[in-house]
Amino acid sequence: MIVKQVSIFLENSKGRLAEVTRVLAKERVDIRALSLADTSDFGVLRIIVNRPDRCLEVLKEHGFVARTTEVVAVEVEDRPGGMSRVLDALDEAGLNVEYMYAYVAKAGENAVVICKIDEREKALAVLEKKGIPTISAAGLEAL
Amino acid sequence: MIWNPDYETLPKGELTRLQDERLGSLVDALYRRVEFFRAKMDAAGVKPRDIRGLADLPGLPFTTKDELRSGYPFELLAVDLKEIVEIHTSSGTTGKPVVDAYTAGDLDTWAESMARTLSAGGATRHDIVQNAYGYGLFTGGLGVHYGARRIGATVLPISGGNTKRQLELMRDFGTTVLTCTPSYALYLAEAMREEGMSTGNLGLRAGFFGAEPWSDNMRVEIQANLGLSAYDIYGLTEIIGPGVAFECENQDGLHVNEDLFFPEIVDPATGRPLPDGQKGELVITTLTKQGTPILRYRTRDITYLDRSACSCGRTTIRMHRLLGRTDDMLIVRGVNVFPSQIEEIILGIEGVEPHYQIIVDRRNQLDSLEVQVEMNERLFSDEIRNLEHTESLIESRLYATLNIHTRVKLVEPKTIARSEGKAKRIIDKRQI
Repeated sequence: MIVKQVSIFLENSKGRLAEVTRVLAKERVDIRALSLADTSDFGVLRIIVNRPDRCLEVLKEHGFVARTTEVVAVEVEDRPGGMSRVLDALDEAGLNVEYMYAYVAKAGENAVVICKIDEREKALAVLEKKGIPTISAAGLEAL
Repeated sequence: MIWNPDYETLPKGELTRLQDERLGSLVDALYRRVEFFRAKMDAAGVKPRDIRGLADLPGLPFTTKDELRSGYPFELLAVDLKEIVEIHTSSGTTGKPVVDAYTAGDLDTWAESMARTLSAGGATRHDIVQNAYGYGLFTGGLGVHYGARRIGATVLPISGGNTKRQLELMRDFGTTVLTCTPSYALYLAEAMREEGMSTGNLGLRAGFFGAEPWSDNMRVEIQANLGLSAYDIYGLTEIIGPGVAFECENQDGLHVNEDLFFPEIVDPATGRPLPDGQKGELVITTLTKQGTPILRYRTRDITYLDRSACSCGRTTIRMHRLLGRTDDMLIVRGVNVFPSQIEEIILGIEGVEPHYQIIVDRRNQLDSLEVQVEMNERLFSDEIRNLEHTESLIESRLYATLNIHTRVKLVEPKTIARSEGKAKRIIDKRQI
């Protein structure tokens, strides 16, 4: 299923990441998964949180450039070949994964990965056809 | 609207005759009354009787800023101090300030030239002019003030800074005309957005922005964000302050009040006059000033002149908006770079806001040029490669124009200092 990710622009300078987490802690926004991509100048922090809309609002109030992005939360069997099965299915359908990262909690026996895919609806259909479960925002919250 | 059709639409021949005549009296007065100019003319081997008109102007010596400074405070006065009713000076940040001493007649000329300026942008006695240029020794505040008074508008002399108050006044008094530096106009627009103010609820319709060079793209930003027509105005303390030249409704070059301030363009290196249309240093002669008249002042501003007819009806010559300064010009790896070129490119890229800074440094004997551009919601993407694409797009456009490699760095919003006066766009860290 499709979930909302919050993406934040960060300059590569001391204390910027800490500033984000400080702001979110104060608002009691819970970070459930996180990935940081960076270059030598700047980074993009991507997070899955319990209250994405409030999270975005509060970051903007503090002067951060941030936006929400729709991503897909996919359940992956926690055994060798589990990830490969997911990516093969997407690859066969000609879908490109821009980036992905793991979610902290497991869904039963399965791990959860967050994937950025341009054609989200098509990806969901492909995964469903292959019997690969995806998980909703509410589902993630319940883990 | 044309404030003074008698002078602003004077047929060319008559205008030239008037200028010839005025130049003659100027040279005469300077030779008789100011030791400094007499010595310079003697050294150049020119006597007042040799000057029959504008055609003889290139034979007269230039005046430079350093010379004006060395005359501080009163050496360049052409009248008795008791005739002087007001004095302004340049900031003096780089040395002794330049003194501009006005007689009552000079203040009248100033009000006249600013009345022409404001009228050209459509301001009338029905307007409420919020004057956010600094009041004081700086000429911006009072120059606009006198012009606005002359056309009978209502002036709010708020001066520069105090942004919250600026917005309050704008809303409560229904300001229709804003006057300030272009960078402060952008700063006000940003503050408005933050306060959730919409320009639709304000009465703003025209803005007169000057005292620093700006670009067409910056005009687009200002007009869109403040909901007004933005007019470029030009002037300098050494000549009179604002009121030397101004844009009309066509926003296509600045009409020079050439019956009062005669413009020439010269090659900055050799001082030789350049033909119309060719870029060079602007040189101005004050034709009617009484207190501190000046002969062929080297402004260090780069522009070119256009004598073609303007559909507004004015017959006065137009100067292109400033293209840079001879002293702002950066020489990076031997290449002449004008900050205005960089601005033009940066602001031409979709989504980029006019908050940028140019940093020049020298590492291992090699100059480096870094351009910092602030990130904003329109530019931001959650994918690194899109952001890197933005950086390399700006880099390649800069390379195409400047022919040197720059490093573009995206920075967080508000990391580049905002200005309430002239923006500090360039940081030159080189120690040469």
